[in-house]
Amino acid sequence: MTTGSNPQRRPDGAAFVIALILAGIAVVIFWQTSIMRLPAHQARVGPQVFPYAIAGGLLLLAIGTAVSAWRGSFPARPRENYGPALWIVGGLLGQILLVSSLGFSLASGVLVACTAKAFGRGPMWFTFLCGAVFAFIVWFIFARGLQLSLPAGPLERLIP
Amino acid sequence: MDTFGLLAAGFAAALQWQNLIYAFIGVTLGTAVGVLPGIGPALTVALLLPVTYRLDPAGSLIMFAGIYYGGMYGGSTTSILLNTPGESASIVTALEGNKMARKGRGGPALATAAIGSFVAGLIATLAMAFVAPWLVRIAISFGPADYFALMVLAFVTVSAAFGDSALRGVTALFIGLGLGVIGIDLQTGQARLAFGIPDLLDGIEVTTLAVALFAIGETLVVAAARGGLDDDIVAVKGSIWMTMEDWKRSWPAWLRGTLIGFPIGAMPAGGAEIGTFFSYAAERRLTKHPEEFGHGAIEGVAGPEAANNASAAGTLMPLLTLGLPTTATAAIMLAGFQQFGLQPGPLLFTNNAQLVWALIASLLVANFMLLVLNLPLIGVWVRLLTVPKPWLYAGILLFATLGTLGANGAMSGNLFGLRFSFELMMLLGFGILGYVLRRFGYPIAPVVIGLILGPLSEQQLRRALAISQGDPMVLVHSPLAISLYVIAAAAVLVPLWFRLRGKGQVFSQLAADED
Repeated sequence: MTTGSNPQRRPDGAAFVIALILAGIAVVIFWQTSIMRLPAHQARVGPQVFPYAIAGGLLLLAIGTAVSAWRGSFPARPRENYGPALWIVGGLLGQILLVSSLGFSLASGVLVACTAKAFGRGPMWFTFLCGAVFAFIVWFIFARGLQLSLPAGPLERLIP
Repeated sequence: MDTFGLLAAGFAAALQWQNLIYAFIGVTLGTAVGVLPGIGPALTVALLLPVTYRLDPAGSLIMFAGIYYGGMYGGSTTSILLNTPGESASIVTALEGNKMARKGRGGPALATAAIGSFVAGLIATLAMAFVAPWLVRIAISFGPADYFALMVLAFVTVSAAFGDSALRGVTALFIGLGLGVIGIDLQTGQARLAFGIPDLLDGIEVTTLAVALFAIGETLVVAAARGGLDDDIVAVKGSIWMTMEDWKRSWPAWLRGTLIGFPIGAMPAGGAEIGTFFSYAAERRLTKHPEEFGHGAIEGVAGPEAANNASAAGTLMPLLTLGLPTTATAAIMLAGFQQFGLQPGPLLFTNNAQLVWALIASLLVANFMLLVLNLPLIGVWVRLLTVPKPWLYAGILLFATLGTLGANGAMSGNLFGLRFSFELMMLLGFGILGYVLRRFGYPIAPVVIGLILGPLSEQQLRRALAISQGDPMVLVHSPLAISLYVIAAAAVLVPLWFRLRGKGQVFSQLAADED
């Protein structure tokens, strides 16, 4: 539960960073919108109005977030374990970068192995194998059965 | 034709055998995915959207109807057998349902939830079928300014009115609105905020954002949580059938839940979960067995479950008649319509009457199928609950990336000679955003709704101002628009007043988080 005026809470550093990011996004929207080239005859309410309004709103929200951070009124956060989360991000990155060359099944094997590792399941060669086989079955159902275009690699090309 | 005739025609279409098969596949997949812990109805619908890509619009929407209702049923099973807090629609069900399951009455709890959902779904869908044409007749006369006011009201209720912080709710909404600006402006054809990246010209896909925020964000949150305790699943022991006593206590609760849930869902305001809280409070007040509340009272499952399903059917009303999504699930369904170039709204009812009525009929068909399917298959669903976490989340990520690739598999990115899918990279980026949002207590639904409703509201605003030649007074010209703004203001100010008086807990419990 958040009680805004708890004097014992200290200013929240991470929340300040959020306020800064929000302000940064607002500035980028302002800047990108201001360099738009507009046609000469222009409706009174053109394509710039909405982005400007959103950027203005984000600036106000950034100020509000900073105030909220100063008062420490963000909900308490448990300490976190970033290792597993990084494994998952790494697995996703691996799949994203490999899928065009290795095909859906093998690249997804990497994703599955890293995710299993994040949740403490191993060994990775085994989870990779399970993931690749499962992804291959899924690929077959979706690419052949449902005509979805999914990237094929050496493994997928084995079946005509 | 009157409603009966249209509905009959809808049934004629829905009962064709291939449409029955679509509905069957939809409810089965929807239940199977919805039952998995950590997957709410919104994510179920988003993950399963790719399955419908290659079907014709009617078949796809029928399957969608099945997925939607199936996902709702699946979610209630999870919350009864597995006490999963954090998923707001099922908090109340878990309250009493999980207690019942722990006392060995899991079967009756599941049964009253399933039958209650059926009763509520049936009444609410029929109510929608009869109220919607009437609403469409009114909506036809709405001007752009009225629509804009309606959307402002939806924005306000989705982001600011509920949840524990209006600041964080509105921030989430503005992130969504900002993402909605990206891409080519529909009226002038100019690129906005595309940073010269061709992939951004088409704008950001609602499904990519929703899948990323819900699936990847959630996975990261679970993985990063310390301890990683495995939730214990309560086995279903004893008879799954309800006793006479259970029936007697359940049916008034079902009807009350439906009466409470449907209007709340049908209002152009956010938060379908609110009905479940009201229903729980009502049951608690009216029960003859107050001592059982908190220890597994069957009314406490029957009422909220009915309310939940009734409001889920209710949210389809603003979606279909006004094109106004008020939950994340509805936003994704709107995206599902848009992939076929269909824009829900009053015109859909006149131009695609056949399709709309086939959809409404298949909702009823799906509802019936679920009743027949679910009780006998409870054992199968329970087994799905026991999928170990590593495999469960690996599977969620696998299907998240599969859906994204299936929607847009262009390998347009290039990093050190490695070609990659820009869409997948966005999926990862938004997934990390979802993690940060959750970690800092931001609600997710406003982001999704902002993305899809932002461009629509901008269109209405500019249309209104173009008609008035730039005079902003047009926005408050009609009595309807004025009253909508008044309601919107009240929706912000009343909770604020409560919060200032230290009664904020009530509203933080009403957080419209998950769907």
